[in-house]
Amino acid sequence: MNEPGSTSMVWARGLRKEYGQQAGLVRAVDGVDLDVAPGETLAVMGPSGCGKSTLLHLLGGLDRPSGGELHLAGRRIDQMSERGLARLRREAIGFVFQAFHLMDELTAVENVELPALLAGRSPKASRRRAADLLDQVDLADRAKFLPSALSGGQRQRVAIARALSNDPLVVLADEPTGNLDSEATLEVLRLFDSLHAAGQTLVIVTHDSRIAATADRLISMRDGAFIDETRLTGGSTGQLGALAGLEG
Amino acid sequence: MQQEVVLALLAKEPSHGYELRARLRQALGPLGDTMNDGQVYVTLARLEKAGLVVSEQAAGVAERPDRKVYGLTAAGQQRVAGWLTEVSWPKPDLAEFHLKLIAAAAAKLADPLAIVDAQRRELLRRLRDAQRAAMAEPDRSAAGLLLEGIVLRLQADLRWLEACERTWTKRKDES
Repeated sequence: MNEPGSTSMVWARGLRKEYGQQAGLVRAVDGVDLDVAPGETLAVMGPSGCGKSTLLHLLGGLDRPSGGELHLAGRRIDQMSERGLARLRREAIGFVFQAFHLMDELTAVENVELPALLAGRSPKASRRRAADLLDQVDLADRAKFLPSALSGGQRQRVAIARALSNDPLVVLADEPTGNLDSEATLEVLRLFDSLHAAGQTLVIVTHDSRIAATADRLISMRDGAFIDETRLTGGSTGQLGALAGLEG
Repeated sequence: MQQEVVLALLAKEPSHGYELRARLRQALGPLGDTMNDGQVYVTLARLEKAGLVVSEQAAGVAERPDRKVYGLTAAGQQRVAGWLTEVSWPKPDLAEFHLKLIAAAAAKLADPLAIVDAQRRELLRRLRDAQRAAMAEPDRSAAGLLLEGIVLRLQADLRWLEACERTWTKRKDES
């Protein structure tokens, strides 16, 4: 059995988030137990309104649970002060959103270095780190571009680089491919794959089955609760040809 | 291998069997891995018998299929032209699965939701394979385009399974 503070990166028991009162009460997250291992890529899938975004907000300290217990890397965070949460978000968590949330008037490299500057790092160190991260997401040659001059896939890669700038314990992504076409989705999936290979812990909420299929583990969520869990590890089924209608 | 595919590959110019194989591999990438190398020669032999291709043996070498150059006959040209304009599309076989759920529920032999669940896991495994293969392809490769088609179809099937799950959950709640 897992005790809080042991080997999990994210650990939650009976996690709840409610809105409204009495007849209007909405149980957005309704008693969820969760363990995410360090280095694991977890996908949470479900229809819109199932509570998956609310769950992600709780995990990232953007929102406070109505009940239950939540630990990040052994630290209890569900009762942390606003100040403590703000610090946690700045120092330990990387967020990736569907709509990228880049600053339109800043260049790619300025967007990426911003969190480090806000955290009080020197301009020089911040810029060096941002340049490294852009290189990592294969956009070194776009460093001086404004977001408006980048494709959707490139913008999301800049946003992912920014999410990595504080060396987060965990990256939380909310529908990261929701606004992307097929080709750009492939870029983002490749990038997540390389982060996974580098040991980054990732929690992604999505209704894109491509992300779900390439994660280590897939949780299905309905009406605020987990209803199913699938582990998709293991080798290839070797049926690719058959899938395209080629006989063996 | 479908005969028309092999015929159409010969439309550009007469070729050796191994050249056709190489072009197939190029177009299919990892999807062609399970292709049997002998298949192309078997198909070529059938096409020759049917008068759709002719072969020419290079002078002074022993008679072996891999030494021959194959080309289209007039009839072969015609078949290719017909095939290219023909509208054909593989039929999705959804009725069988649909009827399985209905029969299972009616006879109370199995829970339709469990059947949907097992099917979803299998499709997710296939999607994983196809998506991983697509991620390994260079951008805009021919095989990558085919893999994208497979991925999109599997996604559509998974969405239909979601609809199956919703409907059968409601029926269960009502009964």
